[in-house]
Amino acid sequence: MPDRIEVAIQPERPDPAGHALCEQVREDLGIAMAAARVVSVYTIDAALAPGELEQVRAELFTDPIIETSAVNHALAADFDYLVEVGFRPGVTDNVGKSSLEGIQDTLGRVFSGTERVYTSTQYALKGVTREEAETIAHNLLANGLIEQWRVCSREELVAQHDAALLPVPRVTEKSDPAVHTIDLRVDDGALLALSRDMMLALELGEMKAIQAYYAREDVVSMRRGAGLPDQPTDIELEILAQTWSEHCKHKIFAADVEYTDASGETRTIHGLFKNYVKATTDAVAQKVDWLVSVFHDNAGLIRFDEDYYFALKAETHNSPSALDPYGGAMTGIVGVNRDILGAGMGCRCIFNTDVFCFASPFYDEAIPDRLLHPRRVFRGVHSGVKDGGNESGIPTINGAIVFHERFLGKPLVFCGTGGLIPARIAGRPSEEKASMPGDRIVMTGGRIGKDGIHGATFSSEELHEGSPATAVQIGDPITQKKMADFLLEARDEGLFSCISDNGAGGLSSSIGEMAGKPGGAVVHLERAPLKYAGLAPWEIFLSEAQERMSLAVPASKLARFLALAALHEVEATDIGEFTDSGFLECHFEGRLIGRLHMEFLHEGVPKMVLPAKLAPVALAPEIIVEDTDLTADLKAVLGALNVCSKERFVRMYDHEVQGGSVLKPFQGEKNDGPGNAGVVRPVPGSSKGIAVACGICPKYSDLDAYAMMANAVDEGVRNLVAVGAAMGTIAGLDNFCWPDPVTSEKTPDGAHKMAQLVRCCEALKDTCIAYDIPLISGKDSMKNDYKIGGTKISIPPTVLFTAAAILEDVERVASMDVKAPGHLVYVLGATKNELGGSEYLALKGQIGCNVPQVDALAARRRYEALHRAIYAGLVASCHDCSDGGLGAALAETAFAGGFGLDVDLAPIALASNVATLFSESASRFVATVAPVHQQAFEAALAGTGCTLVGRVVESPVLTLARSGAVLAHAPLADLKRAWSAPLHW
Amino acid sequence: MAVRALVLTGFGINCDHETADAFTRAGAVAERVHLNHLVAAPERFEAFHILAIPGGFSFGDDVASGRILANRLRYKLGGPLQAFIASGKLAIGICNGFQVMVKLGMLPYFDGAFSQEVTLAGNDSNRYEDRWVHLAVNAASPCVWTRGLEAIETPVRHGEGKFIPRDAATLARLEAQGQVVVRYATADRAPAGGVYPINPNGAIGDIAGICDPSGRLFGLMPHPEAYLDRTNHPQWTRKALPAEGSGLRLFRNAVAYARERLV
Repeated sequence: MPDRIEVAIQPERPDPAGHALCEQVREDLGIAMAAARVVSVYTIDAALAPGELEQVRAELFTDPIIETSAVNHALAADFDYLVEVGFRPGVTDNVGKSSLEGIQDTLGRVFSGTERVYTSTQYALKGVTREEAETIAHNLLANGLIEQWRVCSREELVAQHDAALLPVPRVTEKSDPAVHTIDLRVDDGALLALSRDMMLALELGEMKAIQAYYAREDVVSMRRGAGLPDQPTDIELEILAQTWSEHCKHKIFAADVEYTDASGETRTIHGLFKNYVKATTDAVAQKVDWLVSVFHDNAGLIRFDEDYYFALKAETHNSPSALDPYGGAMTGIVGVNRDILGAGMGCRCIFNTDVFCFASPFYDEAIPDRLLHPRRVFRGVHSGVKDGGNESGIPTINGAIVFHERFLGKPLVFCGTGGLIPARIAGRPSEEKASMPGDRIVMTGGRIGKDGIHGATFSSEELHEGSPATAVQIGDPITQKKMADFLLEARDEGLFSCISDNGAGGLSSSIGEMAGKPGGAVVHLERAPLKYAGLAPWEIFLSEAQERMSLAVPASKLARFLALAALHEVEATDIGEFTDSGFLECHFEGRLIGRLHMEFLHEGVPKMVLPAKLAPVALAPEIIVEDTDLTADLKAVLGALNVCSKERFVRMYDHEVQGGSVLKPFQGEKNDGPGNAGVVRPVPGSSKGIAVACGICPKYSDLDAYAMMANAVDEGVRNLVAVGAAMGTIAGLDNFCWPDPVTSEKTPDGAHKMAQLVRCCEALKDTCIAYDIPLISGKDSMKNDYKIGGTKISIPPTVLFTAAAILEDVERVASMDVKAPGHLVYVLGATKNELGGSEYLALKGQIGCNVPQVDALAARRRYEALHRAIYAGLVASCHDCSDGGLGAALAETAFAGGFGLDVDLAPIALASNVATLFSESASRFVATVAPVHQQAFEAALAGTGCTLVGRVVESPVLTLARSGAVLAHAPLADLKRAWSAPLHW
Repeated sequence: MAVRALVLTGFGINCDHETADAFTRAGAVAERVHLNHLVAAPERFEAFHILAIPGGFSFGDDVASGRILANRLRYKLGGPLQAFIASGKLAIGICNGFQVMVKLGMLPYFDGAFSQEVTLAGNDSNRYEDRWVHLAVNAASPCVWTRGLEAIETPVRHGEGKFIPRDAATLARLEAQGQVVVRYATADRAPAGGVYPINPNGAIGDIAGICDPSGRLFGLMPHPEAYLDRTNHPQWTRKALPAEGSGLRLFRNAVAYARERLV
């Protein structure tokens, strides 16, 4: 029998975790619970002598100052109901793993391999009914996909006689290790049924292409010669499905699009990626000289300075986050970290950015089946990203949290990472990967389990009844941190020739891709280390178990590579060899079980042809009531979810580890004003820096997808310019998240969604070329829909535009807070009657029609001038003007710095005061300037739409007037309270 | 001869680069050394004058922050570590490093033996937070690291930083021996009085860091290595600040002491 050690804070001391749980239960579930205390339970599935058990209880598991503990005895005493939550079998248990290491250290012996420690948590709840305890367990403490739980009363616990409440989550389920052959010589209906039943997510055309491959004479004769069955083995079909998944192959962006534009003309676009994304970069590449490696690697690389390259990448992890917000989001962030670690010869991660899209946490209607309440999604996603980033020692320096009702169907979780790599490593250019035939294939990091099997194909489908729980993984940041420390040392010693991340598709994907250059690979799957026995060979190859990288290691360096891994206590295993055979080959226990032509694998997927035609949008002009006093509206706008402070959550991210922090997320006299862009100095002693910001505007999608994209690019850029970045130094990333745009029975409006995608791509190209922004990497997630029963929810088409700039001198950047009374207040850029999609209209229950349009040429002149002014030290503060319009930007500027503003907007006012204050026209800023710099500043900005509107005043009051008539007037404290209050839980 | 600082790495330690940078800026030769390198060759300790256990998440803070690394040091390097201390050398533990020193019993090190006398518990808020704090330095402390300093500004970045002594007698002894080195305070060095967020975690006595009776071993929750340069300060764009961050002065003190006494 496993032994159980229970640990709790001594009963006479307060228990902060229990206290926080009470608060959360009250906030989220409306249940007034009297008290709660937490007991940590360690179930030790290993043969320990009684003395050993006592030793680890005392020396490892118990803090002698504040904790109490017991062996095989229930500690919880003062409660009405006890909830115990533990993992299901096979779910990553990081604390359990560390505990086992701790036990081995304590006892000075090494276990044989089957010993485990399983952790679970007991919540002793007081002042609740059984029904309430069940609700708390189900809606807050446990997620049935990955966890098991039990609720028991005091009497039930006594009757338990100290026996464990939950079964030990040993993995006992074994897969059939046999390799099966699947006969594709069937009709179309049966092919589709196969695709569905095996969760291949392949369309009929794709299934038929595979069918045709196996009918090819050369294939048949090759297979007979190799001793393989004529028809595909399960592993071959799984490899093809994974490699050809939308997630990996970006088939929609590669498709031929039959696009009918607004004028009714139809033309064919041969690939959106090629014609818009790549075309943008190709065009800008003529103008900038700092591109190093774009599109083909795990992340884009640009030049930072003579000695270093900078890498940037963002990913989404939407579907896993919908099912298990904590685990899904954590694997999102540690996953994109591995993209950076796998870029070039391996970059060091220097910052993270995190952008989330949720439905309102105050949503109070029924939640559709299998979806979680947005507040739970919010908390879980935030915690996962927080733990993933903090534990990895990577500062989170920028991000956003965006709200829209249709993100109820699927939350969007964008995780981005920047990295740095020396331009030359071991005497070679660090951007060049060079796996050679004969190099060993080495897998390093974590072990393989059933977690994440079919993740790539799963994310290529909508969320449905049968969405697999195995698609969920939990990250293990410490295993990854150890691996990253090890790999960067191995890199500097020149111990490998190629590196790639094991993300979606697992080994199948990483080895399949890395084998492209040498021209083939042979893999021996029985050599791969497993978390537990009983995986089928195809599961080993496809598993998306986390924290793994694949490398090509020259045979002569293998011994040194493995020795360095051992020193770092990181697992590394030689599982095969790269070849030039032209085949990807899989063996299991000495037997060939799969062999595919590399060419067919990578090039065999048929091109889709997709119709695209915009459906007319019903526009309803806004109805504005012009109140004489807009103070209440200003407070309401400041408190809108898309405007209000996110400090409570952002402050839980470590934003300054690694020591290079220059501009933090919060600025001003009380360190709580909302910054525009994050700035770091990645190389100590160098004046150079990196600024990163983001733009995301899903609220415009329904009205005008072109404007949505143009505004997103503009928002990202102006946030960079606001801190002082120069045009011509900015690189961009596009992360598309779309509802399914492929017309089908379940998506009758696919052509419209596809046309929105075309419009969006046009805007991306037009705006980026106008701003000289090359797109250095990007990603798309094209199936963000929920469909169960009669309910379908599709997200608004969304693009996250991440923008980063190399700064010449970090000491010259501007922050957003007012600095001193007497400074002059300027509005830069034209305010137009563009309330469509604005926060103001949303508060009034409208969407309107006049969406902000980006005048990129005019904006560019302003951005160039503003950069020069900031660089010359003429600007005391500069703040981006976006969600909430001028009203919000002026208020934020003022309360961040602690001084009032006396502003008269007459020189820029529109007919409507409401539009003047709350229109969200693009490309605008609020800047303050010391009087001594007035002339120079105005000269610098001349002709770019620069208007003096007022002064900074000592008195902490914001006054916004028009020709002397006050439009809004409020103490800064009131405005700040309105802005801070909504998300303070 | 140069002052040599050993900056421990591995197993989730993650502030090792900037901690090494702090020692380098202070004039020492800093070397990042993986724990397993030391375990394999403990004699390497002898070549160093200063040991730093940086911040991070050793072993993921699993079981309790710092616990598993503390145990590993105790079981695998206990002897060499005590010899290092006995030879009059210096050590600092920052954040997770402080948690390690406390749980190992390397602080407060009352009687020259590893014994845990205090702990660092979960913050009262139950939240991990990154926020800047003011520290008031105890002028009566023998601490080598804070000599000549009255106040320090640094960020705290932790979820388990609430200082709790075993009992009132332990606290009294710490105070009597000047072992309480830094306390959370207001900008004008008035005691935080437990008020959040001036005292960010609810630490008893507003205690942010302690030293051993000799003042050579020092641990604190806030991160002095995060304030080496003016531009690290959250308000550098609105205040006239010295080019060098106040965090760097701690490292300068240690290097100066080592140069005088140990080299």
